[in-house]
Amino acid sequence: MTPFPSEQIENFHRLAPEIILCAFGIVIMVADAFVQAAHKRALGWLAFIGALGGLLGVHFMAHDPGNAYSNLIRADSFSIFVHLVVMGAAALAILGSFNYLDEENIQRGEYYALVLFATAGMGILAGANELVTAFIGLEMSSISTYVLAGFRRKAIKSNEASLKYFVLGSFATAFFLYGIAMVYGATGTTRIDLIADALQKMMADQGQVASLAILGLALMFVGLGFKVVVAPFQVYAPDVYEGSPTPVTALLASGPKAATFAVMLRIFYVSFGTAGNFWFWAVWISAVLTMIVGNFAALVQTNVKRMLAYSSIAHAGYILVAFAAGTDIGIAAVLFYLAAYALMKIGAFLVIAHLGQPGEKRLEITDYAGLGGRQPVLAICFSLFLLSLLGLPATGGFLGKLFAFQAALDSKVVWLVVIAAINSVIGAYYYLRVIVAMYFWEPSKEYLPSKVAPTLAFALAIAAVGTLYLGIFPARVLELAKVAADSIYLR
Amino acid sequence: MSVVPVSYYLVLSAILFGLGVVAFVFKRNIITILMAIELMLNAVNLAFVAFARAWAQLDGLVFVFFVIVVAAAEAAVGLAIVIRIYQNRQTLNIERVNLLKF
Repeated sequence: MTPFPSEQIENFHRLAPEIILCAFGIVIMVADAFVQAAHKRALGWLAFIGALGGLLGVHFMAHDPGNAYSNLIRADSFSIFVHLVVMGAAALAILGSFNYLDEENIQRGEYYALVLFATAGMGILAGANELVTAFIGLEMSSISTYVLAGFRRKAIKSNEASLKYFVLGSFATAFFLYGIAMVYGATGTTRIDLIADALQKMMADQGQVASLAILGLALMFVGLGFKVVVAPFQVYAPDVYEGSPTPVTALLASGPKAATFAVMLRIFYVSFGTAGNFWFWAVWISAVLTMIVGNFAALVQTNVKRMLAYSSIAHAGYILVAFAAGTDIGIAAVLFYLAAYALMKIGAFLVIAHLGQPGEKRLEITDYAGLGGRQPVLAICFSLFLLSLLGLPATGGFLGKLFAFQAALDSKVVWLVVIAAINSVIGAYYYLRVIVAMYFWEPSKEYLPSKVAPTLAFALAIAAVGTLYLGIFPARVLELAKVAADSIYLR
Repeated sequence: MSVVPVSYYLVLSAILFGLGVVAFVFKRNIITILMAIELMLNAVNLAFVAFARAWAQLDGLVFVFFVIVVAAAEAAVGLAIVIRIYQNRQTLNIERVNLLKF
């Protein structure tokens, strides 16, 4: 009569990563009060263990898949895949933060706690089977990252990044929430699978979807499009990415983007997939705008950090190309792209974090002149990440693009692929310019290179090996992505 | 007994949301912008309650509590950020917070 224990244990298993991350976050917050300033780095290691614990939690999810907490959370292969990307990104960002925080003199426990809370939010977003749950996950990750963006409290640029992110972020979430209300009004439910049923019934009865539901989807696209940084909602991103502490930028560019694309896939493909792809043209136009804005604005940047911010907008556009495919292969391509993208983007931003030196003074392209001669290993790493972002064969970025374009071509979305291919050629210019600067420009005299800390070197090594692995042996990850894509529709 | 139709509440909610958007776009003081965001969230709350009534469900009412909690958390973080800005820049005018530019 009382199924309490087994059911609760199932629930715990299916939400294990988030529970572990939040527990570690709370422990760090409490311990922060008792740890002396000189030993704050220990809290960082605790956070790193927490992120690894989150990965262990994914293991529990994998062994006990299904729905949890009255169907609010789903633990399926799709959720597991995105969890792995998000937790891996968080772990790398934490490793890359240790020395940066020391240099900036902001080594504090709450930084690591906030990273863990943000990651837990992204996990909830990835597993959400209900729109208000997705909203809670979105806000958990957003509110934590608003604070992280302003973590260099004395730096005016960081304050400004934080303010802009907060103001425009809450504006966008209000739209997302209004969209949820509309969909709720049209269908009487906020569960992603039940919305699909309600819309299917609506199609059968009336031959069309209520305009209220379409309005709701449009409003949700505004809110989510903001978080994944697609045009025309991208205006805030370059400022926020440039002003935030660089390891935070690395996290912002990878984690929330992956998690939000995951929930977008669920909403667009599962909930609204049965009602015909009426969202196709919205995604198409947005993809074109995103790629063009990102690439052309990146061309004229001299600040490397800002240039990579625009490049991440362009990459959101390539992901939308796969998104527009509307098929299972499209989902798999999006997932593969997200994994490759997270690795190369985190790697690139962590290199920038190291080269920026205290106060983030050295971010201009001229500051990278002659790096190839002075710090050859670091220069090779950075070149690898840039070439992967460019899409050179044998890197994860190339195969990500290949699968994305392939998926779109399979669905006969030819023109979008043509535009995307032209854009990637344009994009080559600004990535290659940095590599040329590193190897062929005369180094400036007064610059003293600083040693790469072992933790950062470790993080960079993982990102670099991961990028190459995805580029040379993609089969395994692609297989996982395909299984994940299939699991999204299962009941 | 005459009952106010649900659609009235939805229209009111849309008007409030629109006012929030207009205030967000045209006001220059950061505090006023925060108030505009609160107005938008409360417009959403009204819509949730109205739809809950229309569907005769409790779900919509429960969502409102979640939104209120999130709005409170957002306001706390937002005001902390505003204090930082004020201490470093001595201004609350959003047009003067413009260091990062294209």
